[in-house]
Amino acid sequence: MSINAAEMPEGFGGEGFYATSMSKAIGLARANSIWPLPFATSCCGIEFMATMGANYDLARFGMERLSFSPRQADLLMVMGTIAKKMGPILKQVYTQMAEPKWVIAVGACASSGGIFDTYSVLQGIDKVIPVDVYVPGCPPRPEQIIDGVMKIQELVKNEPARRRYSPEYQHLLEKYQIG
Amino acid sequence: MSSLTNELVHARIMQHAAEMVLGSETAYDGILIVETARESLIGLLTLLKEDKDLNYHFLTTLNAIHYPDQTGRELGLTYHLHNWMDNRRIRVRVWIPVADPHIPSLTGLWPSANWMERQEYDFFGVIFTGHPDLRRILNVDDMDVFPMRKEFKLEDGTRTDKDDRFFGREGNYQQRLD
Repeated sequence: MSINAAEMPEGFGGEGFYATSMSKAIGLARANSIWPLPFATSCCGIEFMATMGANYDLARFGMERLSFSPRQADLLMVMGTIAKKMGPILKQVYTQMAEPKWVIAVGACASSGGIFDTYSVLQGIDKVIPVDVYVPGCPPRPEQIIDGVMKIQELVKNEPARRRYSPEYQHLLEKYQIG
Repeated sequence: MSSLTNELVHARIMQHAAEMVLGSETAYDGILIVETARESLIGLLTLLKEDKDLNYHFLTTLNAIHYPDQTGRELGLTYHLHNWMDNRRIRVRVWIPVADPHIPSLTGLWPSANWMERQEYDFFGVIFTGHPDLRRILNVDDMDVFPMRKEFKLEDGTRTDKDDRFFGREGNYQQRLD
């Protein structure tokens, strides 16, 4: 039976020990145990259900535990059209998530409003919350969603431990009037 | 009374409330449309609801439309009534000026009119006098337009990823390129 273990980060190893930086060790753990919060409002949510299903099996990435409570979630997956009336709710969900947190916008609607260029639809969720990865498509196939998730994993792996305390990050949150 | 035809209904209405009827026609789908004025709306609908022969006891829906070119009668409201016993429908239509978009509320006659009227207020700005709680129902509370009126753009002004020239509207695409 072959097992795919997570790749070791850069470091120095010998008999019975392995040394690497704290950031990398934490990044390794985080990247392979992301708890996603699915915020599914329309057809992209259906594609996500396929992504979670046995064929595509998002659990391969350590993501089988969906968190429907934002407080235990690491990754907010926004999939579908967000009406303007939903905007404040989405922002509240994001605010309730504990740091560190990431956001992936799945599909054209979540990324830019999609075909709904209209008075009632938010023209992309980045109008109310910061977004890390955008997945294009209307709706995107599960492979594309998985690709987006893997890009999130790369971000998580390489994030410096102190990024969330940096003035740049505080500035980003202030721009969105969060925190 | 299962043989409630449009002719019988029309005759019955003319018998009891001829002065409330401004006109009538049969729509493409065979349903009778009766036009009335807003002053006689409540009276006519009460007759349609209470009359034992007509018995239009159910308010199916209410919708509005905006024709900016019809001066003095820009906003149209159509009340759809249903008689479940005979399975007959009727529509009652009222035209009101957009400058004075007031119309009596039906909430006293049908409590279900409450949300329908809130919707027409939300999208067309029709003021239903006597409504107990006339506020927006579907759109965000701080919206300052009535989006289904023709003078307001359908598109959202905050869109940034489209070349407006290809979507039939003035835009600042070129300015964004600079």
